[in-house]
Amino acid sequence: MTGLLDRRAVTAELLKDRGDLLVVTGLGSPSYDAMAAGDHDQNFYLWAAMGSAATVGFGLAMSQRTRPVLVLTGDGEMLMGLGALATIGQVLPPNLTFAVLDNGHYGETGMQQSHAGRGIELSRMAAAANFPWTKVVDDMAGVAELRDRIHARAGTSFATVKIDVGEVDRVLPPRDGVYVKNRFRNALGHPTL
Amino acid sequence: MTAVKGQPRQGETWQDQVLPILRNFDVRHIVYVPDAGHAAAIRGAEADNEITSLALTTEEEGIGYLAGAWLGGERGALLMQSSGVGNCLNTLALQAMTKFPLLMLVTMRGDWAEFNPWQNPMGQATEASLNLMGVRTWRADTPDQVAPLIQGAASMAFNGNEACAVLLGQRLIGAKKWVK
Repeated sequence: MTGLLDRRAVTAELLKDRGDLLVVTGLGSPSYDAMAAGDHDQNFYLWAAMGSAATVGFGLAMSQRTRPVLVLTGDGEMLMGLGALATIGQVLPPNLTFAVLDNGHYGETGMQQSHAGRGIELSRMAAAANFPWTKVVDDMAGVAELRDRIHARAGTSFATVKIDVGEVDRVLPPRDGVYVKNRFRNALGHPTL
Repeated sequence: MTAVKGQPRQGETWQDQVLPILRNFDVRHIVYVPDAGHAAAIRGAEADNEITSLALTTEEEGIGYLAGAWLGGERGALLMQSSGVGNCLNTLALQAMTKFPLLMLVTMRGDWAEFNPWQNPMGQATEASLNLMGVRTWRADTPDQVAPLIQGAASMAFNGNEACAVLLGQRLIGAKKWVK
């Protein structure tokens, strides 16, 4: 045991009793984790456009101001969207929360060590971008606190959650982007066109 | 003077026509990387309480943002320069796969009377790059072309879930003056 958290247990806790939560997942393992916790019509899974989880979640939070929005992504995906933290830092929608599942590696491409694994602490970068609440979470009590924060919509929040590098089964979400988009919009009562 | 909604008024420049057209299409988000050609639209968006205007650190952020805004039920447009098109290519897969309405207004560098040769490679590859990624393009080189082309592009984007870009040429904007 490394003492690090299990990614599926973390995701299940974050998505527990989710109510009106809207979720955007970064490509790779976080999408599989969200799917393993149960497919949902208000999940939007990215399969490419790496670095875009932050911006898609941001745009969603800005057009759905009364709902909590969670960006669930990995450290590698977040590293490709760091500029977005500065963009979000200008506005700071209170209903937007980041949970970055940080194992310090690029799990999808052969487990090469990531910048996060070489000492870059993403939550400090979010703090530098004006985020009013940032945290390194390394126990399940911290995950439960993060879940409460998501639903409180009390200020843009950013947590890096330190997870184990252990590989888990892939649970693949739908890859049909038009379907996932239309399903999401329908659930919010919007027409598909 | 009585103004017809969405129609240019006398004395109005093409720059003044851009935001009213976007407003008529119920655009609620203007995301941009600053450029002098877009200055009037950016200024107007910032003064409009019904529009969220947002500066990006790099253009591809705008594609993700507008996809998210559309997921949530709202329309937006991305204002940028041709050099930024190169930053967007991989992210354009998001539009290609999800078919959300994407409207891009692109001021051109490196297509006419360009002083800075470093702008030429991307400027001359801009239209082909967009087309390669499935974005439909139209080019405005004279002021009278701007309003109808933006109208048409916005219509195809928002009524058909297409990716559409209007390229605002350097002949329209005027060559940038670097030295007197």
